[in-house]
Amino acid sequence: MGGFEIERSTQASRAFAVFGVILVASLAALPYWGGPGDMRLVAEMAYYLALAQLWNLLAGYAGLVSVGQQAFVGLGAYALFFATAQLGIHPIVAVALSGVFAGLVSIPVAFVVFRLRGAYFAVGTWVVAEIFALSVSLVPVLGGGSGLSLTPAIVRQIAPDRAGRETIVYWLSLGICVVVFAVVYLMLRSRHGLALTAIRDSEPASASLGVDTFRTKLIIYVVTALCTGFVGALIFIWKLRLSPEAGFSVNDWTVVVIFMVVIGGIGTLEGPIVGMLVYFVLRELLADYGTWYLILLGTVAVVVMLRAQEGLWGLIARRFDLELFPVRRRLGRTEP
Amino acid sequence: MNWLSILVQGVLLGGLYALFAIGLSLSFGIMRLVNIAHGDLIVLSAFVALVVVNGLGMPPFASLAVVIPAMFAVGYALQRGLLNYTLGGSLLPPLLVTFGVSVIIQNLLLEGFGAHVRRLQAGAIETESIVLPSGLAVGVFPLLVFAIAIVAIASLQLLFFRTGLGRAFRAASDDATTAELMGVDNRHLYALAMAIAMVFTALAGVLFAIRTTFDPASGPIRLIFAFEAVIIGGLGSFWGTLVGGMVLGIAQAIGAALSPTWQILAGHIAFLVVLIVKPSGLFPRTRE
Amino acid sequence: MSLLRTRGLRAFYGDFQALFDVDVDVADGETVAMIGANGAGKTTFLRAVMGALAAEPGMVVYDGHPIGGRSPHDIVRLGIAMVPEGRKLFPSLTVEENLLIGAYCRRPGHWNLERVFALFPMLAERRGIPADSLSGGQQQMAAIGRALMSNPRLLLCDELSLGLAPVAIKDIYACLAAIAAEGTTLVIVEQDIARALAASDRFYCMQEGRVALSGPADQVNRQAITTAYFGV
Repeated sequence: MGGFEIERSTQASRAFAVFGVILVASLAALPYWGGPGDMRLVAEMAYYLALAQLWNLLAGYAGLVSVGQQAFVGLGAYALFFATAQLGIHPIVAVALSGVFAGLVSIPVAFVVFRLRGAYFAVGTWVVAEIFALSVSLVPVLGGGSGLSLTPAIVRQIAPDRAGRETIVYWLSLGICVVVFAVVYLMLRSRHGLALTAIRDSEPASASLGVDTFRTKLIIYVVTALCTGFVGALIFIWKLRLSPEAGFSVNDWTVVVIFMVVIGGIGTLEGPIVGMLVYFVLRELLADYGTWYLILLGTVAVVVMLRAQEGLWGLIARRFDLELFPVRRRLGRTEP
Repeated sequence: MNWLSILVQGVLLGGLYALFAIGLSLSFGIMRLVNIAHGDLIVLSAFVALVVVNGLGMPPFASLAVVIPAMFAVGYALQRGLLNYTLGGSLLPPLLVTFGVSVIIQNLLLEGFGAHVRRLQAGAIETESIVLPSGLAVGVFPLLVFAIAIVAIASLQLLFFRTGLGRAFRAASDDATTAELMGVDNRHLYALAMAIAMVFTALAGVLFAIRTTFDPASGPIRLIFAFEAVIIGGLGSFWGTLVGGMVLGIAQAIGAALSPTWQILAGHIAFLVVLIVKPSGLFPRTRE
Repeated sequence: MSLLRTRGLRAFYGDFQALFDVDVDVADGETVAMIGANGAGKTTFLRAVMGALAAEPGMVVYDGHPIGGRSPHDIVRLGIAMVPEGRKLFPSLTVEENLLIGAYCRRPGHWNLERVFALFPMLAERRGIPADSLSGGQQQMAAIGRALMSNPRLLLCDELSLGLAPVAIKDIYACLAAIAAEGTTLVIVEQDIARALAASDRFYCMQEGRVALSGPADQVNRQAITTAYFGV
């Protein structure tokens, strides 16, 4: 009589892992076979993907639907600009420190916003982001309402020439995306991940089983904020110019991200990838039509939420019974 | 700083914020739906009023005769045709669908009207003021808005506690399944609730458009003000929402004495303080 | 004449099948008891009749018309009312308001606020207080009164005696007898077998979603009931 064992990876996921490594390697080599425009685009895709994975971890897995993650994008960016301009810290080091700063700030924020539930939590996080944006605009050394730029002196610390700078920041973008991916993936595979799914499905039930829901949610929230801070700092190294409106923009850092995750498939690791690709394709196709692509995006998101809650990836996965990132534990039989 | 003047301004501003908030409070109280598009619907009402005023040459107050029925219909259709289908499951669908609707409305308005700011001109009433015996000058328009808010909330209380429809709203809010077993058609009832919420939203939109400039992107901050007023006042109580609006208004009036940025920030801080100290609000009533 | 007839009634909770081909006949003016253990499908049956669960139109026939799958508020309008399990009064409403909401669909008939208060005098004394501050027995009376306010031809009663003191149960069943005497058709779901059989003309015994036994209430075989009830 055979026994049972817990399996994680499937044939598809093993194949995908190989494909993934090849993809990342060829993207890393992009500076040598592509142009600067390509690098910017891929970097943008990379950092949006990172933001999407993080929002998905929070909302899709932890059930914490935040409409305020732009707070940490802005905080990370401002920390970077402050650290380089006022403290003379090297920009790349400052990126790391910015993430840590955002993570630290998220701790008291969590204690406040966790008092709200559901949709009220969502709007509450938004208010917190607005508070940060307004507060920053009152501080002259941070550029006040009009913002500030990364000086050439600071920028040259990354690399003396423009091509070198772009290459390094590009690799940083790829690296952060991969790191965020790894962090999210490992969190989900860990017992925190199991706890999360339990909490998302039923908070009272999981609490009654001894899952410390507050602590688990806090850890996820802080880790997400920290990583979002990293990404925020990175984004504004590309943009070179920061203002409260840009750094804390709900449209740029939350609306688009939410649409990516929802359309791609909330609650899966593969979903944000699909969503990000759909967004960039739509943006390219509708580039001449101004706001229509946002209207289309909004409409598609509404339709997905009503008719296909698992998103595009969910539809594909269900049709072909696919799982590319082995997060679930499957019950398999061992040979007798 | 003339404290009395600030206090009075804040209280009167609270009337407008209460009008912003009632719609949100209604839809949450009856359907447990937080409408993220709420602020954008306020702005939509303002634009409808603009079209009516410019197209038919009506004064803004008179345009209410068109805007209110129009928004009533919009609310009914939105709920019955779309939002009803998001209810009853997890919290994600209603949140994300109303979020999507919010973005769609904002961008449709942007396409249709462009990004520049607008204002509804109501004439002399905007700047008139009454001088009270103590020498304090109070704006006639803010006073009017406050009076309208009081009448609005009083009529809502009347509707809720003295009519059969209000009884049905309260029953459905308690237990939607059993209400259905008593003969209540929830799909129609919810749509009616949203339609009524839109009546107050339309009122708020027109009054706010007379008072301040607006553009397609003005929605989200209105949602936040409405939300703050509801939370400060406490979920489930209409008069509580008025108090919440007044607290928000007073905090903002104090901040406004410093700068426009401080005006909004002071409001957010007041909201934060209430959230930390008394999370259920000042006059909570709803059973969860 | 058959007022309610189910044929091949099937009901599901998601993928779980709760009723299997249930055939039940209720004649006009009858009182029919449905007994069975917990989870046997009695409440599910009532919910399917009431439209709270999906069903094919032909599976539930009322007064000659197929009504299966129609929504509950339509069915109330047709003259079927439910006294739900656990009373389910509305806590935000007073006793009087709870009764009034029962009349939401305004069916013509002789039941109104005065007559319900006449039937349940202790409710009249407490008409203005919140419904959830009543005792269990009083709440049950209010729930029955609320259902009567829609002037139903068919009254479905789910577990009336649950959680009540014997004295209260006695009073409730006395009122039920008075309601039946007026010609209202009753379907009573009960776990208290003796009480149910004493109050009804015929009975059905459910077991695991099927009708295991049925017959006149006064010709009951103890052994047969036990077998049908428990399936042993």
